[in-house]
Amino acid sequence: MQMPMWWEQVRAVKRPPWWKWAVWIAILAPGLATIAALLSDFLMNTRWLGSNPIKEGEQILGKLTIKYLVATLAVTPLRSLLGWNWLGRERRTLGLTAFFYALTHFLWYVLLDIQLDGRDLAEDLTKRTYIIVGFAALLVMLPLALTSTTAAIARLRKKWVTLHRWTYVVPILGIVHWWMSVKADIGEPVLYSVTFAALLGWRWWHARRETSSHATTTPARPGPA
Amino acid sequence: MPIRPLTPADLPSSEITPESLYLNRREWLAAAGLAVGAIAGASALIPRAAGAQQPLGTPYGLRPDDKATPWDDVTSYNNFYEFGTSKDEPAEMAKGFKPRPWTVKVDGLVKKPGDYALDDLLKAGKVEDRIYRHRCVEAWSMVIPWRGIMLADVLKRAEPTPGAKYVEFTTLYDPNRMPGQRSPVLRWPYTEGLRLDEAMHPLTLLASGVYGRDLPNQNGAPLRLVTPWKYGFKGIKSIVRIRLTDKQPSTAWNDSAPSEYGFYCNVNPTVDHPRWSQAKERRIGEFLRRPTLMFNGYAEQVASLYSGMDLRKNY
Repeated sequence: MQMPMWWEQVRAVKRPPWWKWAVWIAILAPGLATIAALLSDFLMNTRWLGSNPIKEGEQILGKLTIKYLVATLAVTPLRSLLGWNWLGRERRTLGLTAFFYALTHFLWYVLLDIQLDGRDLAEDLTKRTYIIVGFAALLVMLPLALTSTTAAIARLRKKWVTLHRWTYVVPILGIVHWWMSVKADIGEPVLYSVTFAALLGWRWWHARRETSSHATTTPARPGPA
Repeated sequence: MPIRPLTPADLPSSEITPESLYLNRREWLAAAGLAVGAIAGASALIPRAAGAQQPLGTPYGLRPDDKATPWDDVTSYNNFYEFGTSKDEPAEMAKGFKPRPWTVKVDGLVKKPGDYALDDLLKAGKVEDRIYRHRCVEAWSMVIPWRGIMLADVLKRAEPTPGAKYVEFTTLYDPNRMPGQRSPVLRWPYTEGLRLDEAMHPLTLLASGVYGRDLPNQNGAPLRLVTPWKYGFKGIKSIVRIRLTDKQPSTAWNDSAPSEYGFYCNVNPTVDHPRWSQAKERRIGEFLRRPTLMFNGYAEQVASLYSGMDLRKNY
């Protein structure tokens, strides 16, 4: 099939020189802004995070985690669609970002929300299903983050691929955690569920197409899709 | 059940802060907050927006460390799903809402049912200012200077029949004026209910104002319920109907999640919400959490209403 000229031009776009800086800003700015807003609200009486800054910041960090998980899973479909192979390395960047936001969200909850109340923490981690699910998401991410170095990828080889399939479990746990935590308004969790379903659906469709039409001619690409 | 009179002496209206003072508090508080914050350092309470609040009406059961929550917080941090499900949406989405003219129907098991224009309804009692603690089921709290009349006066005027055991309240249903009602997050219209003795209790207010002014739309204009010993969602907003019944009314949040929200909704630090502990609360404007008080600190006035009841079952 003949592609239009502009599409060929889009696919030919190379990694721009400022890309690295743009990525750094995109992953750091929301978190730093949230922390700065909290400090400002308590120390300088501003209202960046509204009337209940601790709760607001906690929710912002949780939603940011989900957003970076979406971004992580969107890299491969985008790379394939646009032909931008240079996007591939951002899977690791964004996945690690999601992990650090999840960790910050958890520390925010322990330090600022329940303020190191051991009884609250113990009860939440044993009795409140949505907190157990959220904590499980963080626990699943931990070994993935620890094995994200180039050295670990080289050392673990095929085991790394299997281990990192757990990536797909994290957003499911994350959304269930979010969904269970809302009182009645499930609009946003539903929206993100649909997005995740679409990103996972694309992989399934892509894998099927690959096996049916190219199975004998194209060697499988290394690494998880 | 006898109604126990409340003790605090009425403060003269001269004690009420002039509007010009409290509306500008944010500005000097910004400066004061910085100074105090610097002094307090890492110490306990960082008074982000607390500050010395003048007495505003009668401080019912207030403790020395209960300072009225600033106007900005009272009027911008609202749960009012009829105008959106986030806390800041109601202030924005309710801007164009016109709370007058307004009619309230008082009917059901009463000898004198009637439709009242708002001002006529308020003539049933003496309009007074009362400062109450307000504890949301989500574990945050405020201190709010309400203006209103005792619900008991409205009910007495309607003369409940001997069969009346409960009071049911209904919010306006009008998706054109309350756009949140277009999505089915709750069963509309919002309804709430009280046992008749709770409704007749002198702490129970029908509020038409806050901080000495008419209720802002996002706070439930023009008329809302205030039951300070119960979780905030009991305080149904924009009331159009007060109906006396012999059966326990169905209530919106109980319909939505019966395992999480019961009929009584009494503030109780020993009975957890299924998804969080109710033992502590975050007072808006404060950094550290405070312990939650039984019946939100109104046990002396209301505990007798529930003597012999299992409050674990009747949450």
